[in-house]
Amino acid sequence: MNAFVDPVGMAGHSGLTKGEVLLRVDNVSLSFGGVKAITNISFDILKGEVRAIIGPNGAGKTSMLNVINGFYHPQEGTITWRGQVRRKMRPYEAASHGIARTFQNVALFKGMTTLDNIMTGRGLKMNKNFFWQCLHWGPALNEEIEHRRKVEEIIDFLEIQAIRKTPVGRLPYGLQKRVELARALAMEPELLLLDEPMAGMNLEEKEDMSRFILDVNQQFGTTIALIEHDMGVVMDLSDRVVVLDYGRKIADGPPEEVQSNQDVIDAYLGVPH
Amino acid sequence: MDMLYNILIDPFVQMVDAPDFLIQVVWEGFVAGVLYALIALGFVLIYKASGVFNFAQGIMVVFAGLSLVGLHEKGVPAWLALILAIGIMAILAVCIEKFVMRPLVGQPDIILLMATIGMTYFLIGLGEVIFGGEPKQMITSELGLPTGSTAFEMGERGLVILQHIDIAAAVIALLMVGGLAVFFNRTRIGRALRAVADDHTAALSVGISLNQIWAIVWFAAGIVALATGIMWGARSDVSFALEIVALKALPVLILGGFTSIPGAIIGGLIIGIGEKIGEIYWGSLVGGGIESWLAYVIALIFLLFRPQGLFGEKIIERI
Amino acid sequence: MFYREAGQYKTSYAADQQIFPIRQDRIGIAVILVIALLLPLAASEFMLSAIAIPFLVLALATIGLNILTGYAGQLSLGTGAFMGVGAYSCYKLVTIFPEVNVIVHILLSGTFAAAAGVVFGLPSLRIKGLYLAVTTLAAQFFLEWCFIRIPWLYNYNSSGAIEVPGREVFGTLITGPAASGTARYYVVLAIVVVMTLLIKNLIRGRVGRQWMMIRDMDIAAELMGVRPLIAKLSAFAVSSYVCGVAGAMFVFFYLGASEPAVFSITLSFQVLFMAIIGGLGSLVGSFFGAAFIWILPILLRVGLPALGVDVAAETVFQVAQMVIGALIIFFLIVEPHGLARLWAIGKEKLRVWPFPYA
Repeated sequence: MNAFVDPVGMAGHSGLTKGEVLLRVDNVSLSFGGVKAITNISFDILKGEVRAIIGPNGAGKTSMLNVINGFYHPQEGTITWRGQVRRKMRPYEAASHGIARTFQNVALFKGMTTLDNIMTGRGLKMNKNFFWQCLHWGPALNEEIEHRRKVEEIIDFLEIQAIRKTPVGRLPYGLQKRVELARALAMEPELLLLDEPMAGMNLEEKEDMSRFILDVNQQFGTTIALIEHDMGVVMDLSDRVVVLDYGRKIADGPPEEVQSNQDVIDAYLGVPH
Repeated sequence: MDMLYNILIDPFVQMVDAPDFLIQVVWEGFVAGVLYALIALGFVLIYKASGVFNFAQGIMVVFAGLSLVGLHEKGVPAWLALILAIGIMAILAVCIEKFVMRPLVGQPDIILLMATIGMTYFLIGLGEVIFGGEPKQMITSELGLPTGSTAFEMGERGLVILQHIDIAAAVIALLMVGGLAVFFNRTRIGRALRAVADDHTAALSVGISLNQIWAIVWFAAGIVALATGIMWGARSDVSFALEIVALKALPVLILGGFTSIPGAIIGGLIIGIGEKIGEIYWGSLVGGGIESWLAYVIALIFLLFRPQGLFGEKIIERI
Repeated sequence: MFYREAGQYKTSYAADQQIFPIRQDRIGIAVILVIALLLPLAASEFMLSAIAIPFLVLALATIGLNILTGYAGQLSLGTGAFMGVGAYSCYKLVTIFPEVNVIVHILLSGTFAAAAGVVFGLPSLRIKGLYLAVTTLAAQFFLEWCFIRIPWLYNYNSSGAIEVPGREVFGTLITGPAASGTARYYVVLAIVVVMTLLIKNLIRGRVGRQWMMIRDMDIAAELMGVRPLIAKLSAFAVSSYVCGVAGAMFVFFYLGASEPAVFSITLSFQVLFMAIIGGLGSLVGSFFGAAFIWILPILLRVGLPALGVDVAAETVFQVAQMVIGALIIFFLIVEPHGLARLWAIGKEKLRVWPFPYA
């Protein structure tokens, strides 16, 4: 099973070793019109870690992910990716730099099968031109089959063989989440952003998902940043946690430290002002 | 150089040289714009209440006009024909609600749009079977609409001729917009309409009857269509060619926004006046006839700079 | 009972990914192809010229529209105009380079349509949905205006129409009024079959997946590395290319002569209806839809008098229009995914027959 990805030498990977800074966010602020979504936030993500971003609803967590993968452009602050300050760029460039993600409200391609959905994750690694594609023969066919093989490995890994040819619209929610993870994994990302991967799941599904996340992190060395509301999951999975509230960072550190932080407790339980 | 002069300078020289002509052109454009606006108004009504982009509004205009004229041709007096035509629009509204809208509730917008295209085809066929395909004369004087014209002298600078029917069209359009604004904002049904437009399910849950609301709104659009049909018919004649003209409501709506009644009016006037001036002063440079596409290009250029339309709010994309 | 895939094991991904993975489907398509090849032996000149040829050409146009609207999710009301671009550029090519094989011209003429498609597709990068319909309407009316106002396009004919000259391929006359229905039919059949196959390949590969990503969720697509510019414009280009080739064939193999009114918005709507009734996002549906919309009026025209209903030809046309309009609404209500979905459901049922489920 672990033969499927070779973390070193994968296309688009930096060759950073575990523990080096993969991504750093410095003094980032983002606002829509007059509404401030994120105010002056800084933190970093280290190669190979599981980094959790938590906070009450509306704290700016998803906006933060959107900034990291280039969907929103912060008005202030810089983002450093693999040691280089990133310029303003389109989301598809972030994808080609090795950042993949899943979405809070499942964003699968509803008209396609599970297999095709996961194949879309291989798009960036396929390069046979238009005319070969028309013929679907020779190099184009070989390429398609080579990537199909990779995709099948991911399908095995996430145990979704049975739904390979099912249109994703027909799948139950929990499986859709899993297919979405498969699609992100198919991109062989260096940084994987998971936006509430366990929202709406029952206990069993959560356990499965937790296992997959840990396996991805440990077997393939993929760095993971995740947003999650289930504190039990967050405390078990993550190496370090950053806590946001009203668009500001209120705590940052290992789970046990954050757990006992008074500001965090106040943010979650509310304090009389 | 000559070409640049012809494009950039000459039309304006012409405008200044013959201000009476310019005013006449603007007036013509204004009236055409009022009629576009009336069609667009029908679209807006339905879009506001059901989120359906009603492609059939154009054919409803033709259908309403044909019913009126057709009935009169059969010997029905004009006033009775008018009442019967209103009745026909009411029946049409109920049928549309019952056979098209109700079974399709909750479907994606594009499906509903296509259903109205299907409706267009059905109504074209039906109209031709009943009334025949030839253009008909509108019964303007029988309906008591003014037919004369007044010439305004502008000192030594020539004169401007205003058709009374055009003035009547503008007045009727104005009254209609005022009436609809009151209807939407001041009545119980109007409030229900807006509620339905925002969220079908939520509206249902507070006890609003979708079916009734839709029938009413399609009927209102039918009345607007009838008024449009009369006014337009009085200017040219009642024929199925109008159906193509009605497509120009689309650029009007793009400019004005799909849900704004004042937007429909302003959009209609911009398109109407813009394309007339374009045709008269620039059209001849490329052989004329640019009226057929200028409206779309105006809307297109506009969209490229303001994708959300004239009155729309800036769209923030979320995921 | 006879439609089972039981026992047909796939041992390689290539075998699993073929267009017709089920053996019975392969047999079925082979039978259809043989029938299509033998058709001229049995069919009258009328059936070939008035039914089979326009059906194939319009099916190809529907496929073209389906690429854009069904697969890439960009609504287009300008199909007729793009077909017109193909027809007029083919006419110009044939008259400027008379010695070149006319089939080459037909295939080349699509590239002009593709260029027009890309130009009018550019706004799709900023605007979406219904707003895009305005762009394609602009294309429709602007191009239609060009066909009328630029005499160079129709070689300054006093009639304003284009007339197809007779051209031979391998010693057989295939275009113009003197060409036989059989010759024209085989050329059309060959082009349509080959192009359908190429497009099927495109759709099941990376390019097609990109189009569907944009259709299903454009934001997620971009976050996964799809460049909207390339995905959308390639859809416009391929779609318009196919429509352009179909337009050229429409005039060269079916009409024989045409005027600008042929490529009016009515044609755009007709092709759109074919795509809707057949099923958006389905190639086989394009054939179903084209057959349905093209053949239904003919059946009515032939069938109504046979039933003893005596009606004028004009009325039949009008009734056909009503029926088509009503059927579109009916289909949208009953099965918004068109005949193709009905076909798929039928096949599913057949697989588990005689049991209601498997």
